[in-house]
Formats: sequence, structure tokens, C-alpha cells
Amino acid sequence: MAPRRHDDPEASPTTTQVPHRPASSAVIVRSRDNRVLLGVAGGLGERLGVDPVLVRVAFAVLAIAGGSGFVLYLLAWAVSVEPDDETATARPVRRPAARQAVALGLVVLGTMLLLREVGLWFGDRVVWPIALAAAGSAVIWARSDDRDRARWARIPGNPIEAMFTGRVGLIRVVLGGLLVASGLGLGFANTGADLAAAGDALLGVAITLIGLGLIFGPWATRLASQLAEERRGRIRSEARAEMAAHLHDSVLHTLALIQRADASPEVVGLARRQERELRAWLYRAPVPPEGRLRPAVEAIATRVEQRHIVPVDIVVVGDAPLDEAGKALVDACQEAAFNAARHSGAPLVSVYVEVEPDELTGFVRDEGKGFDPDRVPTDRRGIADSIRGRVRRHGGTVSIMSSPGEGTEVQLRLPRSQMS
Amino acid sequence: MTRVFLVDDHHFFLSGLRAELGSEFEIVGEAGEVDAAVDGIRRTRPDVVLLDVHLPGGGGRAVLEAVRQTDHDIRFLALSVSDAAEDVIGVIRAGARGYVTKTISPPDLAAAIRRVEGGDAVFSPRLAGFVLDAFHGDLTGVVDPELDQLTAREREVLRHIARGFTYKEVARRLHLSVKTVETHVSSVLRKLQLSSRHELTRWASDRRLV
Repeated sequence: MAPRRHDDPEASPTTTQVPHRPASSAVIVRSRDNRVLLGVAGGLGERLGVDPVLVRVAFAVLAIAGGSGFVLYLLAWAVSVEPDDETATARPVRRPAARQAVALGLVVLGTMLLLREVGLWFGDRVVWPIALAAAGSAVIWARSDDRDRARWARIPGNPIEAMFTGRVGLIRVVLGGLLVASGLGLGFANTGADLAAAGDALLGVAITLIGLGLIFGPWATRLASQLAEERRGRIRSEARAEMAAHLHDSVLHTLALIQRADASPEVVGLARRQERELRAWLYRAPVPPEGRLRPAVEAIATRVEQRHIVPVDIVVVGDAPLDEAGKALVDACQEAAFNAARHSGAPLVSVYVEVEPDELTGFVRDEGKGFDPDRVPTDRRGIADSIRGRVRRHGGTVSIMSSPGEGTEVQLRLPRSQMS
Repeated sequence: MTRVFLVDDHHFFLSGLRAELGSEFEIVGEAGEVDAAVDGIRRTRPDVVLLDVHLPGGGGRAVLEAVRQTDHDIRFLALSVSDAAEDVIGVIRAGARGYVTKTISPPDLAAAIRRVEGGDAVFSPRLAGFVLDAFHGDLTGVVDPELDQLTAREREVLRHIARGFTYKEVARRLHLSVKTVETHVSSVLRKLQLSSRHELTRWASDRRLV
């Protein structure tokens, strides 16, 4: 026996990964994948092991606190370099760590206090609330995982857009705006300490709330129904997966058993067809692949097996868009497979299609009785001619290899269209 | 007599296998889940294990990984109804010497067991197609040309297997000895198990539809 290595190849990445160049320790490599403006924050985040969102917030907060963030950003951009292709894809991403994030926060806070002392400062009443709000949002954003973020990003329309949709959109917004304004006015006009004033203030709050509800209500309900719909979809797909697992364990096994048993060919054929249909349902792609060569070739089996009890094995290597040449190949293969199922008497028909860089090849084979190609029975000649005609119209070639008792193989070659 | 261990959680199928193989092979044990299979195989040390890809408790892959930590010379033939690339490539990469579907006829199954016992690889047309597909395309990211691409000869042998020819027919058509064909197939199996082609794993998981 040949000596074999027993370690799992995936478990020893040191020997298998693309040897990436060690990133120079002196410079920041701008991020390509994680880029909002110039990739500086992304690169810095990867280098420091902090979520790039936090780095961006740090720059933004420092920019508010007297504008130094802009200067620092430009400075960091000047000392950083563009990634080359290799480092961009192969560099391991460091997991963001809490300790680094806290350190970054402290550095920013220190810088802010320093700027405040020197006088580069827009004033306490502006900077602190904004800085706190920015930090808070960043923490929420950084903590929600990627799936949550994707879900939020998918929700259609922003609140501003949603405000003006609907039949009475504009009227609703104007009315809501008036209510908010009058509510606020009522609240602020009565700042006295007596009881009546407190009542007015409460009324003001209520009017404001109703106004806000009118403005943002549609967006909020749409958001809620969207999330509920997503949740239902998830439950459905979980139920489906569970059922698929069950069918896999029970029904597929039974159908396999029937095919191995000494049942009549009709029953075996039926079991095989059912198995194929069930399998297609269990493992079908979420989006049915339209206009591709592979599913078109795989569909041949179903069509032939529906009319003949001979099983058809299909193997496809590669895939391509289903262009004219592809359609011609599928039609020719199908005709050859029907022919084999009808005449050869073989227990199995094999179809093999491969997509090569400049041509499509197809092989349809049976181990049936075969024939002498020089003395083709007339009923088969017509079909052979129609296959030839089809393929030759697209610049391809057909050869039919057969001899009595040796089975038959139809070999098809078609040049691929340039566009694909 | 070749000693065979059966691992399958489907009792009806298991008893069918026992009846079919019992006259030609010595069935030394059987199990229906991962832990029992690992214990049984370690205890009985069979020549060949017929291993169902789908098992409660971690799948056939878990059995392979556990047993191969201690016993390297026990050979595995994977058996599955699912035929999904992810499962097939998964058990082969974990160390199985071949893969057949559960619809295989009893004589073909017996032949496959003997081939695996002899140290050769068993490739169904579908598995050959999977391998050609997985090693298809560009070679970006290839580290070790020895492991990460097929030779022209290996490709030709696999194409014939995918077209439905037996090893013997392939040998005759390519003017090779059967032994040479077996050597090519074993070498492809080794590449499939050890190659780091980054497409391989991703390709298998992407290709859900069979």
C-alpha cells in the first residue's frame, strides 16, 4: 500500500495556505473590503484588532471636538499604503477584542480632554452629548452580529422615504408636523409651576406624540410586519429542513431498497423516478437555475425515464449558460438517450457532458446489443442523421462507436459560442 | 474470508445487506450510530467497513475520524442515498477509499468491497464527475502542483469512469493494464484527500443540487 498521510488536510493550514507576504510592521495597509471613505479606518481597525466601526467613530468624535479628527485621518492616510491583491485576500483577520476597544476609547477621551485644555473645542454643550451618542450607537452597531446588520440594511426604504408614501402621505406629514409644533409650543409656553400649567404640558406631550405617530407610523408598522414576515419565513424553512431530514431517512431509503430488490422493471423504474423527484425537491437550489446547461442536461433523465423503464445516469462536469450550442447539445444527447433506451436493450444508459474552455462534449453510452455502423437498420439511421444534422448546424461533430454485442456510444463535440 | 463491519442506522437496509453479503463475506459486526460503530470497529478490527454517510451522532465522517486516529489499516467504503457532493467529498476527504450509492446492485457492491479491501479506490461515475468538476477551472491559489491538479492521464481515466465504463473497459480503451488504471484512480483519491485546493470544500458546499 502506498504510504499515506493521515492528518486531515484542513487541520494543518500551515502547509496548505497561500504563503502570504508578511505585512510590513511600520505602515498601515488600507483595507479594500472594509472601506467607507479611503479604507484608512478599516486598515487601522484590522491592524489594531478593533472593529473598524469603532475607529470610524473615534475619528468622527475627534472631528467634532475641534476638527482634529480630519487632520488625523489625512495624516493616517498619508502614511498608509494601498493593499496589493495578495495581502487583501490572504491576510488573516484579527478578531476584534474588547480590551483593544477600551484602549482606543481611552486614547480618544484623553485626546479630547487635551484639546479642551488647549482650546480647540466647540464647547461642552455640543461636544459631550454628540460624543456620547456616537459612542453609544457604535457599541450597538458593533455588538449586533452580521445577520442583524444585513436584516436592517434590507428593510425597504428609510423613514424619510416611508413618510411620504401612501395615499394621504403629504397631508399626513403636514398635519403631523403641525401637531408636533403646537404640542411643543404648548409645552414650552407654560413653564410655570402651577397645576394648570402641568396639565397643559401633559397635553402638549400627548399632541406631540400623536403628531410623531402620524409622521413615522407607516414606517414603524412596515418595519414590524417585515420582521414578522421574516420570522415566519425562517420558521417555514426550519420546518422544511426537518421534514427533508425525515424524508431522507425514511422514504429515500425505501425507494433505494425497492431498486435493489428483485422487483419488476416497472416497479424499479417507478421507484427510481420517485427517488429522482424527491431528491430534486429535497436538494433543490433556493433559486431554480434558469438558462443553465447543467439542469437542462439533468432533465434528460426524467424525460427518458418517463417513457422507458431504462434508468439514465447523468454526470455533468462544469456549467455554462444555455446558449444555442448548449441547446443543440442537450437536444442531441436527449435524442441519443431515447434511442439507446428504445433500441439497445441495455439495463442502463449513461450520459456524460463536460464543459471545456472552448468546446462542449457529450457522450451517450449503453451496454446494449450494439450494431454495425456500416449496416445501420433504417429505423435507426433517421435518428442518427437528425442528431448529426443538429450538431453540424452548430459547427460540431458526431461520431457513433458501436459494434454488435459491444454496446454503443454516441460522441458529440460542439464549439462554444464566443460570448459565453 | 474478508471480514466486513456494517454501519447503517436503517435497520431494514442493514438486514438486506446482511442477507446479500453473508454468503461471500464474514459479517463481524454492525452498528447504527457513531459511538457504537467506533467501539465495534475498534474491537473487531474488520478488513472493510461499509459506512453509511448519514448517521445519528455526527455522521459517517465522525466514525472515520475517530477510528483512523487509532487504526490506519481499516478500510472504509462509503454508502449513501443522498449523493450530495458535500457528503461525498466530506467522507472521502476524511479517509474513505470509495463511495457508492445505496441503489448499487448486490454483485457490484461485493466487487466494490473486494476492490477497497485490495487497497484500491472505488469511484462511481458520479464521484468521478464530482472530482473532475472540483479540479476543473483555473489554478489560482494552487500551492502544490503535485497535489492540486490532475495529470492528463488521470483526467482521461476519470472521464471514462464518469462516462460509465468499468476499470477493465477503461484499460482496454486507453491501452493500459487494469493495474495502471487502478494506480491512476488511487492517485486521484490521494489528491482528493490531501489537496488544499481552496475550491474543493467551497465547491462541495455550494453544489447542493444533485
